[in-house]
Amino acid sequence: MNDSVVMSSLQNQITQFDPLGEYSWILNLLFYVVFIVFIFYGQRIQMYVMLREVEGSLYKLKYIKDEGRKIAIETIKEIGKPQTDPTSSVDRFLEYFTISPQSLDPAGVVWKLEHVLDVRETRFEDEVKLIAPAADETQANNLENTLEAAMALNYIYKVIRHYYLLGKKTLSLYIIMQIQMILPLVMREAEAYASALKAFAYGQPIGDGAGALVAAKLMHGYEAKKVPKDCVVATVPIEGRTTYVIKAEGPGGNVGKPGDAIKTIIDENEGKIATIIMVDAALKLEGEELGEVAEGVGAAIGGPGVDQFKIEESILKHRIPINAVIVKEDIGDAVSPMRKEIFDSADKAIERIKQVIIERTKEGDKVIIAGAGNTIGIGQ
Amino acid sequence: MSKASSSATTKISSFVLMIIFITLALSLTALILSINAFTYGEQVVAGYLLLIGFLGVALSTYVLLQTRKRILRLRIETPAITTTIECKKCGFKNVREFQRGDYVFKEVEPCKKCNDKMLITAIYKEVKEKERLSL
Repeated sequence: MNDSVVMSSLQNQITQFDPLGEYSWILNLLFYVVFIVFIFYGQRIQMYVMLREVEGSLYKLKYIKDEGRKIAIETIKEIGKPQTDPTSSVDRFLEYFTISPQSLDPAGVVWKLEHVLDVRETRFEDEVKLIAPAADETQANNLENTLEAAMALNYIYKVIRHYYLLGKKTLSLYIIMQIQMILPLVMREAEAYASALKAFAYGQPIGDGAGALVAAKLMHGYEAKKVPKDCVVATVPIEGRTTYVIKAEGPGGNVGKPGDAIKTIIDENEGKIATIIMVDAALKLEGEELGEVAEGVGAAIGGPGVDQFKIEESILKHRIPINAVIVKEDIGDAVSPMRKEIFDSADKAIERIKQVIIERTKEGDKVIIAGAGNTIGIGQ
Repeated sequence: MSKASSSATTKISSFVLMIIFITLALSLTALILSINAFTYGEQVVAGYLLLIGFLGVALSTYVLLQTRKRILRLRIETPAITTTIECKKCGFKNVREFQRGDYVFKEVEPCKKCNDKMLITAIYKEVKEKERLSL
């Protein structure tokens, strides 16, 4: 039998292949039904698929939120040794909110915001003292941070649940679509807070502490004195210059108020500061290396903006140049236990600071070096 | 999202499990029947049963693995944190697991070699990155 005969016999078999025989009309009808259903209900089906996806993430968020609450309660019981069960206090704490000041007339809004944040902080400190009476200052700071992370998780869960239920109730594709589109970023942030919880509970250094670590390495071995608010400063000679190294007071979870600390040092020196160098962790773009050190100008400090405003006000008054050295990391690394790459980049940042000092100042000049960020797990 | 649903986040629903196992059982039956049909010379029927059997086994295994994966994903990872302790005098280095109360620049137990005070010089976690494409 030659090849052409085999091929033609195969072709015949394929063309005559009719698995359902006389019932093939059922298949055709089924095809038309599916086609028509998709024409009229395609969007609705797509919506249900999206809702299902959001629901899956919501379950995960609920699990993370519940774990956060559990870790917070367990840590309070372990460290704070409360007389009564702290569960109800923690639940009340998780529902706390802060109303930002009215900015219709923006003049002076920074001071109003600072006041509201101060009130919030005092309230948190008092609450932690009440629910964890046996905790020392460092442990109380760590507990405060743990509760704040649990609070953030609770808030994320409630917002996503709100949009999920609203979308389900109204069956609006656009409500469901917008929440489904931002979901990967929200989940990333929630997972970052989840890993932050344990770091805060145990007092481990976190990625955000890169700036504080650089300052700590510079000031270690020199006498550190307290400056307002919750910061420490040490006078360190570097390359023939007098440097004032500032960081938040560790090792408890604390960011301090570097804005006030820098203002104090500038005022003490009557504005005779050659330059200010700020060191902080900064968010990296996807594709950039973790722990990469970059240099620029401006006040490198995060948070609600009060400290950045104060630093900019102080330097403007005396026309002091300000430089910034940043350590790049993503949001997950910023709030989770410090990675080796970030820890190692502290030495690279110190080298860069020294380079800036040599290039931008003269011998005998006075320089301020401020390491911004949460100093949890980092002493001085 | 009631309180009762919290277990749903960590456990596989028994209803889903039942459906998976019924599908698996039916698929395996189809595979066995296909062998029978083949021995009786019913090749077309055997072919269909084989196809249905393989599809059923593949589908139920996939769903089972996916459900398991979802549960594994739900666990909050606790990475291993290492604390490096150094003696500034003799350079003796000790790396151990992080203990509550450790912090960078904390003075700890005396050096085993020179009996001088040792210092915590590093606390970090090591993460093994997957190989990435460099763009």
